Amino acid sequence: MKAPLRYHEFDKDISGCGIFGVIHKKRGLIPGHMPSCAMATMHDRGNGLGGGFAAYGIYPEQADKYAFHLMCETEGALESAREVITKFFTIHDSQPIPTRKVLAIKNAPIVWRFFLTPKRKGERPTFRDLGEEDFVVAVVMHINAKVHGAFVFSSGKNMGAFKGVGFPEDIAEFFRVEDYRAYIWTAHNRFPTNTPGWWGGAHPFTLLDWSIVHNGEISSYGINMRYLCENDYLCTLMTDTEVVAYLLDLLVRRHGLSRKLCSKVFAPPFWDEIDRMPPEEKRMYTALRATYGSAMLNGPFAILVGSSKCLWGLNDRVKLRPLVVAEKGDMVFMSSEESAIREVQPDLDRVWMPKAGEPVIVETEV
Amino acid sequence: MTKASSPKSGVKKAAKPVAKAAKPAKPVAKAGTKAVAKTATPGKAVTIDAAGVYYKQLNERIREAVAAGAKEITLVNVNGQRYIADGVAAEVKFTIQGVPGQDMAAFMRGPVIRVEANAQDGVGNTMDDGRVIVNGLAGDVIGYAMRGGRIMIKGDVGYRVGIHMKAYKEKLPTIVVGGKSGDFLGEYMAGGVILLLGMFTDKPEDPITGRSLGTGMHGGVIYVRGEVPDYQLGPGLHTQPVDETDMKMIRELSEDFATEFKVSAKTILSKPFVKVKPFSHRPYGNMYVPA
Repeated sequence: MKAPLRYHEFDKDISGCGIFGVIHKKRGLIPGHMPSCAMATMHDRGNGLGGGFAAYGIYPEQADKYAFHLMCETEGALESAREVITKFFTIHDSQPIPTRKVLAIKNAPIVWRFFLTPKRKGERPTFRDLGEEDFVVAVVMHINAKVHGAFVFSSGKNMGAFKGVGFPEDIAEFFRVEDYRAYIWTAHNRFPTNTPGWWGGAHPFTLLDWSIVHNGEISSYGINMRYLCENDYLCTLMTDTEVVAYLLDLLVRRHGLSRKLCSKVFAPPFWDEIDRMPPEEKRMYTALRATYGSAMLNGPFAILVGSSKCLWGLNDRVKLRPLVVAEKGDMVFMSSEESAIREVQPDLDRVWMPKAGEPVIVETEV
Repeated sequence: MTKASSPKSGVKKAAKPVAKAAKPAKPVAKAGTKAVAKTATPGKAVTIDAAGVYYKQLNERIREAVAAGAKEITLVNVNGQRYIADGVAAEVKFTIQGVPGQDMAAFMRGPVIRVEANAQDGVGNTMDDGRVIVNGLAGDVIGYAMRGGRIMIKGDVGYRVGIHMKAYKEKLPTIVVGGKSGDFLGEYMAGGVILLLGMFTDKPEDPITGRSLGTGMHGGVIYVRGEVPDYQLGPGLHTQPVDETDMKMIRELSEDFATEFKVSAKTILSKPFVKVKPFSHRPYGNMYVPA
């Protein structure tokens, strides 16, 4: 189901963001038509100020290279970014991200992709002491903060984000999302609340192979941002959700927390619940809250996190945003609304709503 | 100055224009609406195919049919359309095949809706009268500020169900949940009845309800089949045994539920019930201005 033409002449509707994700546990490839259709069903959860997709498994021939997706205001910004990238990486491929003209998408930036391998430590101008992934993070932060008018909006291997200002189904058309096949998709329909609806502020937010889409508000943005800053992550995209992408990288990749524990940092149990736990668990959750107080996400959220091996859904601890999970064979779906899932998979083996603060973590089996 | 704080960024400029759709074809609605208006004979049954129909046009067709005197309306291929039967004040029976969208039966006064699928969030928001039967599970905030009528959900429900229900004179809203509920069931409840059975559930291991049941409750009653530990209740609340008046209500609701979903009322009533009620007539009277 897609909204008819002239929907903008209809009365104003009250909306919230919409999210959708799907994973094929055997890494079967799902065409981009599926997430796009699902999002169109939730058209009215957004208002045309942001739509986007993240896809895993889309660059199998370049799977060993970092795929950088960039959005640039001008050719000059792209050239400046290219200069920086050349200093730090070997460029194997450099090409425009294929797009088509779409009437609904106005003033699109230049979108470009590079397939890259990092230069060896001695050949880098700076960041010589960083391991490979930390190095990639540092260069992304550097470009986003220092290169005027250029933003890296995805930087993982064999994955990519496609996002911008527009309804998700229009963004899908713009980026020719139907031409890609992926074993994990996440998708977002935006209704911006506190921050501007601009291209960089559309979801998903990504870093390395992390991607996140979010319905809600991160009221703790300030403290999260400062905590990230202490750990060399710079927030440049003017949208609360950005902090979650970087927190994932810090907590799971760098600190080695499991996804389950990371979920309990984002949405910790209440103190009265901790009081009722057996002693060992009580100690653990107390330590977790004490150590990672600055990484707790306050405010309403339903988030979907993608990474190369996993789709992971999580609600805030009092479930102030909807989240439905459904299974069909090797596929698991997560969505703001069941109808979006039924649109693309009418018959389902199981449908349920996860508990507040309880992560749903689905990993690939191969 | 970091570039993120520069409002003149060209990338950001792209943000301003709201996507405008292409030049207007005739809205699909017109043709469909007319077609239904012609076929709807007063008192007769009408079937509306909702496949691919936008919510606004679907609701226009429903209203046309109701205005033309339809008494039984079957909606087939429904998927995610919002606001179905909202504000409809008529004696009409809806059967819905497929998953209806947000806020179904909001402000509704009179109709009977039976959904042969799961329902999403906000069913029966501020509903005034009528019946909603969902032969599946339902999402969050079911029966929000409901003031009359009955909602019965066969399976599990989400969070904040029955929040701020109220009753007045002959109006007594009732909600029966056959499965388990999330947190904040009956939060700020001011009147009416919620019956939670916990039987027809996808989550056999979970407790029957989440935390903070009845938080801020100052009217009405919540009946629970089986037990609820006090720590799952809102501050100051305790479960109490049910008396004969309570059992009369529980029996009536259970039998209605059993008839609708073809299950055994005897089995439902085979276990004891407890009730949760506000702990005084004005439990929060002294909260801000102590007497």
